[in-house]
Amino acid sequence: MKTLHILRWLLQRDIQLVFRRRSDLVSTLFFFVIAVSLFPLGVGAEPALLRAIGPGVLWVAALLSAMLSLSRLFAADHADGTLEQLLLSPVPLTLVVGVKVLAHWLVSGLPLALLAPLLGLQFDLAARDLGVLTLSLLLGTPLLSLIGAIGAALTLGVRGAGVLLAVLVLPLYIPVLIFGAGAVAASATGMDPAAGLSLLGALLALGVVFAPLAAAAALRLSIE
Amino acid sequence: MLQVEALACQRGGRWLFDHFTLTLIPGELIHLQGVNGSGKTSLLRILAGLSSPESGIVRWNGVDIQECRDEYVSHLLYLGHQPAVKDDLTVRENLQVSCRLAGLEPSAESLRSALEETGLLSRSNLPARVLSQGQRRRLALSRLWLENRRLWILDEPFTALDVHATQLLERRLEAHLAAGGMVILTTHQQPDIAEDYLRILGVGT
Repeated sequence: MKTLHILRWLLQRDIQLVFRRRSDLVSTLFFFVIAVSLFPLGVGAEPALLRAIGPGVLWVAALLSAMLSLSRLFAADHADGTLEQLLLSPVPLTLVVGVKVLAHWLVSGLPLALLAPLLGLQFDLAARDLGVLTLSLLLGTPLLSLIGAIGAALTLGVRGAGVLLAVLVLPLYIPVLIFGAGAVAASATGMDPAAGLSLLGALLALGVVFAPLAAAAALRLSIE
Repeated sequence: MLQVEALACQRGGRWLFDHFTLTLIPGELIHLQGVNGSGKTSLLRILAGLSSPESGIVRWNGVDIQECRDEYVSHLLYLGHQPAVKDDLTVRENLQVSCRLAGLEPSAESLRSALEETGLLSRSNLPARVLSQGQRRRLALSRLWLENRRLWILDEPFTALDVHATQLLERRLEAHLAAGGMVILTTHQQPDIAEDYLRILGVGT
Protein backbone atom coordinates (compact mmCIF):
# COMPACT_ATOMS: atom_id res chain seq x y z
CA MET A 1 0.00 0.00 0.00
CA LYS A 2 2.77 2.36 1.02
CA THR A 3 4.69 1.38 -2.12
CA LEU A 4 1.76 2.42 -4.31
CA HIS A 5 1.50 5.75 -2.52
CA ILE A 6 5.18 6.51 -2.99
CA LEU A 7 5.02 5.57 -6.68
CA ARG A 8 1.97 7.79 -7.17
CA TRP A 9 3.74 10.70 -5.49
CA LEU A 10 6.80 10.14 -7.68
CA LEU A 11 4.67 10.17 -10.84
CA GLN A 12 2.90 13.30 -9.65
CA ARG A 13 6.23 15.01 -8.91
CA ASP A 14 7.79 14.14 -12.26
CA ILE A 15 4.79 15.45 -14.19
CA GLN A 16 4.62 18.56 -12.00
CA LEU A 17 8.31 19.25 -12.71
CA VAL A 18 7.75 18.99 -16.45
CA PHE A 19 4.84 21.41 -16.30
CA ARG A 20 6.90 23.87 -14.26
CA ARG A 21 9.37 23.84 -17.15
CA ARG A 22 7.04 23.67 -20.12
CA SER A 23 9.63 24.89 -22.64
CA ASP A 24 11.32 21.45 -22.65
CA LEU A 25 8.03 19.76 -23.44
CA VAL A 26 7.05 22.27 -26.12
CA SER A 27 10.43 22.20 -27.85
CA THR A 28 10.28 18.41 -28.26
CA LEU A 29 6.82 18.61 -29.82
CA PHE A 30 7.85 21.55 -31.96
CA PHE A 31 10.83 19.59 -33.27
CA PHE A 32 8.48 16.77 -34.26
CA VAL A 33 6.12 19.14 -36.12
CA ILE A 34 8.93 20.99 -37.90
CA ALA A 35 10.90 17.87 -38.88
CA VAL A 36 7.81 16.22 -40.35
CA SER A 37 6.68 19.38 -42.14
CA LEU A 38 10.05 19.87 -43.84
CA PHE A 39 9.66 16.74 -45.97
CA PRO A 40 6.68 17.83 -48.13
CA LEU A 41 8.55 21.11 -48.69
CA GLY A 42 11.77 19.32 -49.59
CA VAL A 43 10.56 16.51 -51.86
CA GLY A 44 7.71 18.35 -53.52
CA ALA A 45 3.95 17.93 -53.34
CA GLU A 46 3.56 14.77 -55.44
CA PRO A 47 0.74 12.87 -53.61
CA ALA A 48 1.90 9.38 -54.58
CA LEU A 49 5.45 10.09 -53.37
CA LEU A 50 4.21 11.65 -50.12
CA ARG A 51 1.95 8.69 -49.43
CA ALA A 52 4.90 6.37 -49.93
CA ILE A 53 7.32 8.20 -47.61
CA GLY A 54 4.74 9.40 -45.06
CA PRO A 55 4.79 6.46 -42.61
CA GLY A 56 8.60 6.32 -42.56
CA VAL A 57 9.03 10.07 -42.13
CA LEU A 58 6.51 10.29 -39.29
CA TRP A 59 8.08 7.37 -37.48
CA VAL A 60 11.68 8.57 -37.87
CA ALA A 61 10.69 12.04 -36.66
CA ALA A 62 8.90 10.53 -33.65
CA LEU A 63 12.00 8.46 -32.89
CA LEU A 64 14.32 11.45 -33.01
CA SER A 65 12.12 13.70 -30.90
CA ALA A 66 11.72 10.94 -28.31
CA MET A 67 15.55 10.82 -28.24
CA LEU A 68 15.75 14.56 -27.53
CA SER A 69 14.08 14.34 -24.14
CA LEU A 70 15.76 11.09 -23.05
CA SER A 71 18.89 12.64 -21.58
CA ARG A 72 16.71 14.47 -19.04
CA LEU A 73 15.16 11.26 -17.73
CA PHE A 74 17.64 10.74 -14.87
CA ALA A 75 20.19 13.55 -15.32
CA ALA A 76 18.43 16.21 -13.22
CA ASP A 77 17.78 13.82 -10.32
CA HIS A 78 21.39 12.66 -10.53
CA ALA A 79 22.82 16.19 -10.49
CA ASP A 80 20.88 17.45 -7.47
CA GLY A 81 21.19 14.33 -5.33
CA THR A 82 17.55 13.21 -5.56
CA LEU A 83 18.61 9.94 -7.18
CA GLU A 84 20.50 8.95 -4.02
CA GLN A 85 17.34 9.59 -2.00
CA LEU A 86 15.33 7.48 -4.47
CA LEU A 87 17.82 4.64 -4.03
CA LEU A 88 17.24 4.86 -0.28
CA SER A 89 13.44 5.00 -0.54
CA PRO A 90 11.58 1.89 0.63
CA VAL A 91 10.42 1.13 -2.94
CA PRO A 92 12.38 -1.25 -5.22
CA LEU A 93 14.46 0.69 -7.75
CA THR A 94 12.94 -1.25 -10.65
CA LEU A 95 9.51 0.19 -9.83
CA VAL A 96 10.98 3.68 -9.41
CA VAL A 97 12.48 3.39 -12.90
CA GLY A 98 9.19 2.07 -14.27
CA VAL A 99 7.29 5.05 -12.89
CA LYS A 100 9.84 7.54 -14.19
CA VAL A 101 9.57 5.96 -17.65
CA LEU A 102 5.77 6.17 -17.45
CA ALA A 103 6.00 9.87 -16.56
CA HIS A 104 8.43 10.42 -19.44
CA TRP A 105 6.09 8.69 -21.87
CA LEU A 106 3.02 10.62 -20.68
CA VAL A 107 4.68 13.96 -21.41
CA SER A 108 6.71 13.05 -24.51
CA GLY A 109 5.45 9.90 -26.27
CA LEU A 110 1.72 10.31 -25.75
CA PRO A 111 1.54 13.89 -27.16
CA LEU A 112 3.52 12.70 -30.20
CA ALA A 113 1.07 9.88 -30.85
CA LEU A 114 -1.90 12.24 -30.51
CA LEU A 115 -0.31 14.88 -32.76
CA ALA A 116 0.74 12.42 -35.47
CA PRO A 117 -2.64 12.00 -37.27
CA LEU A 118 -2.80 15.75 -37.78
CA LEU A 119 0.64 15.75 -39.38
CA GLY A 120 -0.22 12.61 -41.35
CA LEU A 121 -2.76 14.67 -43.31
CA GLN A 122 0.16 16.45 -44.98
CA PHE A 123 1.17 13.13 -46.50
CA ASP A 124 -2.31 12.42 -47.87
CA LEU A 125 -2.77 9.36 -45.66
CA ALA A 126 -6.31 7.94 -45.56
CA ALA A 127 -8.40 7.92 -42.37
CA ARG A 128 -7.75 4.21 -41.80
CA ASP A 129 -3.98 4.70 -42.20
CA LEU A 130 -4.07 7.60 -39.74
CA GLY A 131 -5.79 5.31 -37.24
CA VAL A 132 -3.11 2.65 -37.73
CA LEU A 133 -0.42 5.33 -37.40
CA THR A 134 -1.80 6.52 -34.07
CA LEU A 135 -2.18 2.97 -32.80
CA SER A 136 1.35 2.02 -33.87
CA LEU A 137 2.75 5.11 -32.12
CA LEU A 138 0.70 4.37 -29.00
CA LEU A 139 2.29 0.91 -28.90
CA GLY A 140 5.73 2.04 -30.05
CA THR A 141 6.47 5.24 -28.12
CA PRO A 142 6.34 3.54 -24.68
CA LEU A 143 8.96 1.13 -26.06
CA LEU A 144 11.11 4.08 -27.12
CA SER A 145 10.95 5.45 -23.56
CA LEU A 146 11.66 2.01 -22.05
CA ILE A 147 14.66 1.22 -24.25
CA GLY A 148 15.88 4.80 -23.92
CA ALA A 149 15.81 4.54 -20.13
CA ILE A 150 18.51 1.84 -20.29
CA GLY A 151 20.71 4.12 -22.40
CA ALA A 152 19.99 7.15 -20.21
CA ALA A 153 20.94 5.18 -17.10
CA LEU A 154 24.15 3.85 -18.68
CA THR A 155 25.34 7.26 -19.86
CA LEU A 156 24.54 9.04 -16.60
CA GLY A 157 27.30 11.41 -15.56
CA VAL A 158 29.42 10.62 -18.63
CA ARG A 159 30.92 13.49 -20.63
CA GLY A 160 29.26 13.94 -24.03
CA ALA A 161 26.36 11.85 -22.84
CA GLY A 162 23.98 13.18 -25.52
CA VAL A 163 25.88 11.78 -28.51
CA LEU A 164 26.79 8.57 -26.72
CA LEU A 165 23.14 8.07 -25.83
CA ALA A 166 22.10 8.43 -29.48
CA VAL A 167 24.78 5.99 -30.64
CA LEU A 168 23.74 3.51 -27.96
CA VAL A 169 19.98 3.75 -28.28
CA LEU A 170 19.20 4.41 -31.96
CA PRO A 171 20.33 0.94 -33.14
CA LEU A 172 18.04 -0.59 -30.53
CA TYR A 173 15.16 1.47 -31.92
CA ILE A 174 15.46 -0.18 -35.35
CA PRO A 175 12.98 -3.06 -34.73
CA VAL A 176 10.44 -0.60 -33.34
CA LEU A 177 10.85 1.58 -36.41
CA ILE A 178 10.56 -1.34 -38.83
CA PHE A 179 7.41 -2.81 -37.29
CA GLY A 180 5.80 0.59 -36.62
CA ALA A 181 6.41 2.17 -40.02
CA GLY A 182 5.79 -1.21 -41.63
CA ALA A 183 2.30 -1.48 -40.13
CA VAL A 184 1.34 1.96 -41.45
CA ALA A 185 2.85 1.27 -44.87
CA ALA A 186 1.01 -2.05 -45.06
CA SER A 187 -2.26 -0.31 -44.25
CA ALA A 188 -1.53 2.38 -46.89
CA THR A 189 -1.02 -0.28 -49.58
CA GLY A 190 -4.25 -2.03 -48.61
CA MET A 191 -2.71 -4.91 -46.65
CA ASP A 192 -3.48 -6.00 -43.12
CA PRO A 193 -1.45 -4.01 -40.54
CA ALA A 194 -2.17 -6.55 -37.80
CA ALA A 195 1.20 -8.32 -38.12
CA GLY A 196 3.31 -5.22 -37.42
CA LEU A 197 1.00 -4.06 -34.64
CA SER A 198 1.04 -7.49 -32.95
CA LEU A 199 4.83 -7.58 -33.07
CA LEU A 200 4.99 -4.08 -31.57
CA GLY A 201 2.62 -5.21 -28.83
CA ALA A 202 4.79 -8.26 -28.13
CA LEU A 203 7.92 -6.12 -27.97
CA LEU A 204 6.14 -3.72 -25.63
CA ALA A 205 5.16 -6.58 -23.31
CA LEU A 206 8.80 -7.73 -23.22
CA GLY A 207 10.04 -4.17 -22.72
CA VAL A 208 7.72 -3.43 -19.80
CA VAL A 209 9.07 -6.48 -17.97
CA PHE A 210 12.77 -6.33 -18.77
CA ALA A 211 13.72 -2.72 -19.52
CA PRO A 212 13.11 -1.37 -15.97
CA LEU A 213 15.21 -4.24 -14.56
CA ALA A 214 18.08 -3.45 -16.93
CA ALA A 215 17.81 0.31 -16.38
CA ALA A 216 17.77 -0.13 -12.59
CA ALA A 217 20.91 -2.28 -12.75
CA ALA A 218 22.59 0.34 -14.98
CA LEU A 219 21.58 3.11 -12.56
CA ARG A 220 23.14 1.28 -9.63
CA LEU A 221 26.36 0.98 -11.62
CA SER A 222 26.50 4.64 -12.62
CA ILE A 223 25.78 5.90 -9.12
CA GLU A 224 28.58 3.89 -7.47
CA MET B 1 23.60 -0.35 16.53
CA LEU B 2 25.83 0.12 13.50
CA GLN B 3 28.96 -2.00 13.20
CA VAL B 4 31.60 -1.74 10.52
CA GLU B 5 34.18 -4.47 10.15
CA ALA B 6 37.41 -4.37 8.15
CA LEU B 7 36.05 -2.04 5.51
CA ALA B 8 38.29 -1.32 2.52
CA CYS B 9 37.63 1.12 -0.29
CA GLN B 10 39.52 1.84 -3.50
CA ARG B 11 38.99 4.81 -5.81
CA GLY B 12 40.90 5.31 -9.04
CA GLY B 13 43.42 2.59 -8.20
CA ARG B 14 44.31 4.14 -4.83
CA TRP B 15 43.36 2.68 -1.47
CA LEU B 16 41.37 5.26 0.51
CA PHE B 17 41.13 3.15 3.63
CA ASP B 18 41.76 -0.42 4.58
CA HIS B 19 40.65 -2.41 7.64
CA PHE B 20 38.42 0.44 8.76
CA THR B 21 36.40 -0.54 11.81
CA LEU B 22 33.87 1.34 13.89
CA THR B 23 30.93 0.74 16.19
CA LEU B 24 28.18 3.29 16.67
CA ILE B 25 25.92 2.82 19.69
CA PRO B 26 22.66 4.66 20.55
CA GLY B 27 23.25 8.15 21.90
CA GLU B 28 26.58 8.54 20.15
CA LEU B 29 27.79 10.93 17.46
CA ILE B 30 30.81 10.06 15.38
CA HIS B 31 32.57 13.00 13.78
CA LEU B 32 34.68 11.76 10.87
CA GLN B 33 37.75 13.85 10.25
CA GLY B 34 40.25 13.72 7.44
CA VAL B 35 41.89 15.87 4.79
CA ASN B 36 40.19 16.51 1.42
CA GLY B 37 40.08 13.35 -0.64
CA SER B 38 40.67 11.05 2.30
CA GLY B 39 37.48 9.13 1.58
CA LYS B 40 34.97 10.56 4.07
CA THR B 41 32.16 10.84 1.52
CA SER B 42 32.98 7.41 0.06
CA LEU B 43 32.77 5.94 3.57
CA LEU B 44 29.39 7.59 4.26
CA ARG B 45 28.03 6.33 0.92
CA ILE B 46 29.13 2.81 1.79
CA LEU B 47 27.52 3.10 5.23
CA ALA B 48 24.28 4.25 3.59
CA GLY B 49 24.42 1.27 1.23
CA LEU B 50 24.73 3.47 -1.87
CA SER B 51 27.99 1.93 -2.98
CA SER B 52 29.65 -1.31 -2.08
CA PRO B 53 33.07 -1.63 -0.43
CA GLU B 54 36.01 -3.51 -1.84
CA SER B 55 35.85 -5.77 1.17
CA GLY B 56 34.42 -5.71 4.66
CA ILE B 57 30.91 -5.65 6.04
CA VAL B 58 28.44 -3.13 7.47
CA ARG B 59 26.00 -4.52 10.02
CA TRP B 60 22.81 -2.98 11.39
CA ASN B 61 21.84 -4.65 14.69
CA GLY B 62 24.07 -7.55 13.78
CA VAL B 63 22.69 -8.18 10.26
CA ASP B 64 24.49 -7.30 7.03
CA ILE B 65 22.78 -4.20 5.55
CA GLN B 66 22.67 -5.85 2.12
CA GLU B 67 20.43 -8.53 3.66
CA CYS B 68 18.13 -6.29 5.68
CA ARG B 69 18.00 -3.35 3.28
CA ASP B 70 14.26 -2.60 3.73
CA GLU B 71 14.57 -2.64 7.50
CA TYR B 72 17.78 -0.59 7.39
CA VAL B 73 16.52 2.22 5.13
CA SER B 74 13.43 2.61 7.32
CA HIS B 75 15.75 3.63 10.18
CA LEU B 76 18.16 5.65 8.07
CA LEU B 77 18.19 9.31 7.11
CA TYR B 78 21.01 10.10 4.69
CA LEU B 79 21.69 13.68 3.60
CA GLY B 80 24.37 13.79 0.94
CA HIS B 81 26.66 16.44 -0.46
CA GLN B 82 23.97 17.63 -2.86
CA PRO B 83 20.92 18.95 -1.02
CA ALA B 84 18.38 17.16 -3.31
CA VAL B 85 16.43 20.41 -3.76
CA LYS B 86 14.44 20.96 -6.95
CA ASP B 87 14.70 24.51 -8.32
CA ASP B 88 11.27 24.41 -9.94
CA LEU B 89 9.33 23.38 -6.84
CA THR B 90 8.50 25.70 -3.96
CA VAL B 91 10.24 25.38 -0.61
CA ARG B 92 7.18 23.69 0.89
CA GLU B 93 6.71 21.30 -2.04
CA ASN B 94 10.38 20.35 -1.89
CA LEU B 95 10.13 19.35 1.75
CA GLN B 96 6.84 17.55 1.19
CA VAL B 97 8.16 15.62 -1.81
CA SER B 98 11.38 14.53 -0.11
CA CYS B 99 9.40 13.24 2.89
CA ARG B 100 6.90 11.46 0.66
CA LEU B 101 9.58 9.73 -1.39
CA ALA B 102 11.02 8.49 1.90
CA GLY B 103 7.61 6.97 2.64
CA LEU B 104 6.15 9.56 5.02
CA GLU B 105 3.03 11.66 4.68
CA PRO B 106 3.71 14.77 6.77
CA SER B 107 0.71 16.86 7.80
CA ALA B 108 0.47 20.50 6.72
CA GLU B 109 1.01 21.47 10.36
CA SER B 110 4.22 19.47 10.77
CA LEU B 111 5.62 20.84 7.49
CA ARG B 112 4.87 24.32 8.76
CA SER B 113 6.56 23.81 12.09
CA ALA B 114 9.65 22.21 10.49
CA LEU B 115 10.03 25.19 8.16
CA GLU B 116 9.49 27.51 11.08
CA GLU B 117 12.31 25.80 12.99
CA THR B 118 14.74 26.30 10.11
CA GLY B 119 13.59 29.87 9.48
CA LEU B 120 12.16 29.25 6.01
CA LEU B 121 8.48 29.70 6.81
CA SER B 122 8.29 33.17 5.26
CA ARG B 123 9.70 31.72 2.03
CA SER B 124 7.63 28.55 1.92
CA ASN B 125 5.80 29.55 -1.28
CA LEU B 126 8.83 30.75 -3.20
CA PRO B 127 10.48 28.52 -5.80
CA ALA B 128 13.68 27.00 -4.44
CA ARG B 129 15.75 28.55 -7.23
CA VAL B 130 15.68 31.94 -5.46
CA LEU B 131 17.21 30.49 -2.27
CA SER B 132 20.82 31.11 -1.29
CA GLN B 133 23.23 28.21 -0.68
CA GLY B 134 22.71 28.45 3.07
CA GLN B 135 18.94 28.45 2.70
CA ARG B 136 19.10 25.39 0.44
CA ARG B 137 21.10 23.62 3.11
CA ARG B 138 18.52 24.65 5.72
CA LEU B 139 15.77 23.30 3.49
CA ALA B 140 17.53 19.94 3.14
CA LEU B 141 18.11 19.84 6.90
CA SER B 142 14.42 20.55 7.63
CA ARG B 143 13.86 16.82 7.21
CA LEU B 144 15.68 16.32 10.52
CA TRP B 145 12.71 17.96 12.28
CA LEU B 146 10.13 15.86 10.43
CA GLU B 147 11.39 12.32 10.14
CA ASN B 148 11.73 10.11 13.11
CA ARG B 149 14.71 7.99 12.06
CA ARG B 150 17.24 6.49 14.42
CA LEU B 151 20.40 6.72 12.36
CA TRP B 152 21.44 9.96 10.68
CA ILE B 153 24.26 9.95 8.13
CA LEU B 154 25.08 13.55 7.29
CA ASP B 155 27.69 14.63 4.75
CA GLU B 156 28.94 18.15 5.54
CA PRO B 157 25.68 19.35 7.14
CA PHE B 158 27.29 22.56 8.43
CA THR B 159 28.43 23.82 5.02
CA ALA B 160 27.12 27.32 4.18
CA LEU B 161 25.18 27.62 7.46
CA ASP B 162 25.36 30.88 9.43
CA VAL B 163 26.10 31.06 13.16
CA HIS B 164 22.45 30.90 14.15
CA ALA B 165 21.63 27.91 11.92
CA THR B 166 24.79 26.13 13.09
CA GLN B 167 23.65 26.43 16.71
CA LEU B 168 20.16 25.33 15.73
CA LEU B 169 21.53 22.19 14.07
CA GLU B 170 23.80 21.46 17.06
CA ARG B 171 20.80 21.64 19.43
CA ARG B 172 18.79 19.37 17.11
CA LEU B 173 21.66 16.86 17.01
CA GLU B 174 21.89 16.89 20.82
CA ALA B 175 18.14 16.37 21.19
CA HIS B 176 18.34 13.42 18.79
CA LEU B 177 21.28 11.92 20.69
CA ALA B 178 19.58 12.43 24.05
CA ALA B 179 16.60 10.48 22.70
CA GLY B 180 18.90 7.54 21.89
CA GLY B 181 19.55 8.39 18.24
CA MET B 182 22.79 7.81 16.38
CA VAL B 183 24.64 10.26 14.15
CA ILE B 184 27.64 9.94 11.91
CA LEU B 185 28.77 13.09 10.14
CA THR B 186 31.65 14.81 8.41
CA THR B 187 32.51 18.47 8.79
CA HIS B 188 35.61 20.62 8.75
CA GLN B 189 34.25 22.72 11.62
CA GLN B 190 34.31 21.83 15.29
CA PRO B 191 30.67 21.23 16.17
CA ASP B 192 29.77 22.35 19.68
CA ILE B 193 28.20 19.11 20.91
CA ALA B 194 28.22 17.92 24.52
CA GLU B 195 31.33 15.77 25.01
CA ASP B 196 29.39 12.83 26.42
CA TYR B 197 27.98 12.15 22.98
CA LEU B 198 30.90 13.10 20.77
CA ARG B 199 33.52 10.75 19.35
CA ILE B 200 36.10 11.87 16.81
CA LEU B 201 37.47 9.41 14.29
CA GLY B 202 40.10 9.93 11.61
CA VAL B 203 39.67 8.59 8.06
CA GLY B 204 42.47 7.86 5.63
CA THR B 205 46.14 7.36 6.06
